[in-house]
Amino acid sequence: MSVQFLLQHCLIGLTNGALIALVALGYTMVYGIIGLINFAHGDLIMLGACLALSLVGALGMTAAGPATTWVGIGGLVLICGLFCGLLNVAVDRIVYKPLRNAPKLAPLVSAIGVSFIFMNVGLFWLGPADKSFPELLPSTNLLHNDALQFTWKDLLVVLIVGPLMVALSVLVKGTKLGKAMRAVSQDPTAAALVGVDVDRVIAATFFIGGFLGGAASVIYGLYINTIGFQMGFQNGLYAFTAAVLGGIGSIPGAVLGGLVIGLVRALASAYVGERWTGAIVFAILIVILVFRPEGLLGRRVKEKV
Amino acid sequence: MSTNQASRTSAPPAPSTGPWAFLAQRWELVTLAALAIAPLVIPALGGALGGQVTNLFIYCILALALNVMVGYTGLVHLGIASFFGIGAYVLAILTVPMYPFQIGFLAAAVIAVLVTAGTGLALGAPTLRLRGDYLAIVTLGFGEVVKVTLRNLEQITGGMKGLNPVPPPGAGVTVAGIDLGKEFAIDPRWFYYLALLSLAGVVLAMRRLENSRLGRALVAVREDELAAQAMGISATKVKLAAFAMSSAVAGLAGCLYAASLSTTADPNAYDFNRSIMVLCAVILGGLGSIPGTLLGVAILVGFDTVLAPWADSWIQQMNVNPKGLSYLSFSGWRLAIFGVALVLVMRYRPEGLIPSRRLAAELRDGGAGS
Repeated sequence: MSVQFLLQHCLIGLTNGALIALVALGYTMVYGIIGLINFAHGDLIMLGACLALSLVGALGMTAAGPATTWVGIGGLVLICGLFCGLLNVAVDRIVYKPLRNAPKLAPLVSAIGVSFIFMNVGLFWLGPADKSFPELLPSTNLLHNDALQFTWKDLLVVLIVGPLMVALSVLVKGTKLGKAMRAVSQDPTAAALVGVDVDRVIAATFFIGGFLGGAASVIYGLYINTIGFQMGFQNGLYAFTAAVLGGIGSIPGAVLGGLVIGLVRALASAYVGERWTGAIVFAILIVILVFRPEGLLGRRVKEKV
Repeated sequence: MSTNQASRTSAPPAPSTGPWAFLAQRWELVTLAALAIAPLVIPALGGALGGQVTNLFIYCILALALNVMVGYTGLVHLGIASFFGIGAYVLAILTVPMYPFQIGFLAAAVIAVLVTAGTGLALGAPTLRLRGDYLAIVTLGFGEVVKVTLRNLEQITGGMKGLNPVPPPGAGVTVAGIDLGKEFAIDPRWFYYLALLSLAGVVLAMRRLENSRLGRALVAVREDELAAQAMGISATKVKLAAFAMSSAVAGLAGCLYAASLSTTADPNAYDFNRSIMVLCAVILGGLGSIPGTLLGVAILVGFDTVLAPWADSWIQQMNVNPKGLSYLSFSGWRLAIFGVALVLVMRYRPEGLIPSRRLAAELRDGGAGS
């Protein structure tokens, strides 16, 4: 239990956390804008991972040289991102949009239904057993230090997640679309009154959330190396926990929450034991919700009358 | 034919007298009577079929438990299976031979129900102040915690093997020369009647609850929490009561489940999937509606135990699926069918198949729903 052991697991935790954060963003953005816990988000990412695996096989990427591999991974991120983004928009258009004015339970239950449908598609795509995702990156240690590991895979996570986060914050803070998104999340009616096309903004939100999820699915495959049709539930749950922890609806909150959950997971499996990790994460979630329901960075929202 | 003509001649199509009207109004009694006679006339209920129907009754109890939370009170509860599991495990711990307690079924069931109600209170007390959708996540998280704990505390819960053998109710008790324990072990009809009796009791209790002061308070909190509080209802207390009742009834279902299987089965029997399936049954049948909930369970259980095996064997006979591909079998589509059903019900019939009158009105107005 040396300092290096602790550092190593913090490093693992932060890398994992970055991945969780990417998924958490999809939850938090959709929740922030239409108040829906998108239960299907985890399974959307599972489908992204299925597509990534099929593409890796079809393009023969396992045999490619290092330079081609990096280009290929970039392409995968783009294609899977577009796939998940468009699928998310389509689901919103077909399933959630007709329920905009229904009681909150209706879209929530529909989202559970969509998650079932996605899981069934994943079952047909992958089969019932877990599939291994090929190792595309060498596992050489980038730090010249025996006790501390930081491999190409870890670097990949940082290289993809970092720019995406920057792009997202530029988009939300600096562009007209971002302004419209913030306006709709504050008050859709008022936003519509000043000329914001609310439906388009919601569609854009679903697309961005889905795109980030698609990117996350590629990283997940490359980093964790095992995918299965049931992976969406567990990962979605962690990511949602992260979003709530950070303050649901808050974008920096989701990132912070993701990193914290990643750290907690890594340290819990290092010091308490892998099999208790899930219980510890959810126990923390319950405690947070009890003592600080608005999350770490969220605003306290009054129940509307 | 004669009833047809009768209804044509009388101007309002629902005559309030006559045997059919009586049957329609007293559907519970009629169904109960039919189910009570069934094992005496249908010999198959003395075999495996009896066990399946018992299972159906147990799920009905579980769904009615969930209905208190989701239907009456409008709180989304995604972890009902964890209370089902706690009930099953407490009963098992109190009765299996590996523990020193080994008390009778009735006493153990009472304790198990009290423990689940207490657990519900302990979870509900700090969390019920939360916004509706946060509560959904807390219950979901709680379900995962319970499952993981049951799996990992191997010394206490037996890990993946579960706890067994759970002795049948009345083990060692002899009434009028009949060894009850032995009878329960031999003839599934004993469990059939025990489960049916419990279900009837729960339905009766729910009926009474619906028309009680507390039941109306639950509905008032669902419709408009602020308005209810303005009328002097303590929303937190009412929600806590709902949580405790729901947990207790789910615990009862768990007791029956463990006793009828004579094992707790492995912890995965109490996971999120089961919670969601029960929720689907309640929503499909009609939130807040007792007949709806029962119908919903019957449809879902019927799908899994009757329709899917039948369709699969039919497909096999047609010989279109020689390679055993999962998308060419009916049960391979199970999740998608449930998913599509949920989406369609929410879109076109959010009040469910047999709606409760009050909730249907609320959903049609499109208002409320905090």
